[in-house]
Amino acid sequence: MVGLDVRAQDLEAGEAGEAEARRRAARRELRRQIALLEGQLSDVLVALFPHGRLDGPGVGPIHAIGPRVLDLGELERVRDRLAGRVGQARAELTALGERQARARVQLERMLLAPGKHRFARVANADLGEGGCGVWQVRPRLGLIGMLAGWWEVKLSSGCPLST
Amino acid sequence: MSDLGRDPRLEDGWVERELALEFPELALVSLAVPARHGRTPPGLRERLRLLSSRFHGARAIQLRREPVPAAYRVFFRQAGVDPDRLRTPVEEAVVSRLVRGRFGGEGGIVEDALLLGLVETGVPVWALDDGRGDGPLGLRPALEGERLGDGEPAADLEPGRLVVADARGPVAVLFGAIAPGCEPGRGSERLRLCAVQVAGVPAIHVEEALWLCAEALEEASPGG
Repeated sequence: MVGLDVRAQDLEAGEAGEAEARRRAARRELRRQIALLEGQLSDVLVALFPHGRLDGPGVGPIHAIGPRVLDLGELERVRDRLAGRVGQARAELTALGERQARARVQLERMLLAPGKHRFARVANADLGEGGCGVWQVRPRLGLIGMLAGWWEVKLSSGCPLST
Repeated sequence: MSDLGRDPRLEDGWVERELALEFPELALVSLAVPARHGRTPPGLRERLRLLSSRFHGARAIQLRREPVPAAYRVFFRQAGVDPDRLRTPVEEAVVSRLVRGRFGGEGGIVEDALLLGLVETGVPVWALDDGRGDGPLGLRPALEGERLGDGEPAADLEPGRLVVADARGPVAVLFGAIAPGCEPGRGSERLRLCAVQVAGVPAIHVEEALWLCAEALEEASPGG
């Protein structure tokens, strides 16, 4: 009987050890996913800047108290929040790309046929370019151009002076 | 960590077994140096000024994609801290540079030497009073009822929070506060410079951070 008890204890210890090894492997995998997602989030946020904030809304700390060893559930929460944040940032980047593409098409149309887009404006910022320039369809020679149908696209440059 | 060609003055700290199993590449490396006090000498101020001119907005934005700062961000996430709420040390230093227009100048020579090591390598370095320690330093989670420091100014520690500890107890919170009485002060004769290595940070960066701090302090000595 004693021999059987010892064997049963060994079996239990072996199963507990195996379960702990599985949990550890799961935590390792979650940490790998977190590292991957953090890299992706950094890439997307840097690509979004300056249209989006680098620090963004954040994914929130799991513990307010500082670094510690997280259990499986906590690691899953970090991974899920991070994945949500990456998805949100990617959606913002896609929307930004679409807005800029629309603005570029609009500018091309203005350049091809200024008369059909009278007083239309496209800012450099809308194109994803730096500076405060604005492309605008304006009449050549003012009122004369407006009456004669002489339209052109002009780029106003320079940022407004700060007051 | 490879010992190939490594200076024997660098000491590896211990890492608690469970913590080491969770973070196999986590390491604490330290170096004891003679203490220095007072204002930052002109040479170190000049190095920080040159460093300031290398860090502009574009570099600050890209910083999180650089390997070493990115590794600390990942460690923060894996340890339950949001690095966008509680910035990693190097990001905090760079944001401060952008706001204030320069690195350093707020503290004395020790703070500026640590800042130099941090900004040059991305590896955070702390200084402790070497005379106040009890045995080798290591990393472990705080235990139930432990406090940071002794007596009245000691702060409560949440159980499980990662701390730097010696045989007597926690001497600093990992990436956080130093226990009252363990900070370098006027009475310190030797300092222990400590750096934490995490996954993705090559050992050479950690060693370089420590040597940069040590050399900056040495150069500032009367005979340096």
